Amino acid sequence: MVKPTRVTNSIRALRFTHGEMTQADLAERIGVTRQTVIAIEQGKYSPSLEVAFQIAHVFGVPLDDVFQYPQDSE
Amino acid sequence: MAHEEKRAWIMLVVTVVAYTAYVVVVLTRANGAPLTATAYVAPLVWSIVLAILANIVLDIATSLGMPRSERRRDTRDKEIARVGDLTGQSFLVIGGLAGLILSLVEADWFWISNVIYLGFVLSAVLGSATRIAGYRGGFQTW
Repeated sequence: MVKPTRVTNSIRALRFTHGEMTQADLAERIGVTRQTVIAIEQGKYSPSLEVAFQIAHVFGVPLDDVFQYPQDSE
Repeated sequence: MAHEEKRAWIMLVVTVVAYTAYVVVVLTRANGAPLTATAYVAPLVWSIVLAILANIVLDIATSLGMPRSERRRDTRDKEIARVGDLTGQSFLVIGGLAGLILSLVEADWFWISNVIYLGFVLSAVLGSATRIAGYRGGFQTW
């Protein structure tokens, strides 16, 4: 039904490299529910640009290190 | 499961159960006689009142023991709810228009009431189903 996104993310890996941060901790820091963090990690939900930047700020990395998009189309 | 997804499930199940119960009661009362001669007002009103009460009670019951951080609505919940509302609204309009047309042709009050009620039901069912699909199947804004 929903067109799958081509955007991938490294949130799970970043959480583990940042003191094994829990999904609940990340959710609290960016002001969303834990279920939303889970949905973002699984690629089931593309967050707003603002939330995407907030996630990047939590990990102290550029946005490109959190979210990736394939360069060549098809 | 997100709290808002639970609420969508509650709305869906309660609406279907309440409407099914209403239809069963009216058909049982009619017992083969014309539906327009059946006493439908009390079952209709009660099915709506009980559905609202059941929604409130079940919402409170599922919220008990849930941390405040999990109960709040975040941006994802609002975006999914908006799409669900927009989808459900189409049936509200269809129900309203059907009721208007029936009143213009001076149809029996039974049909006017019931077509509007059916519009409410379909709106709630479709809106809830859309929200559930958003949570289960994924929801992309990019």
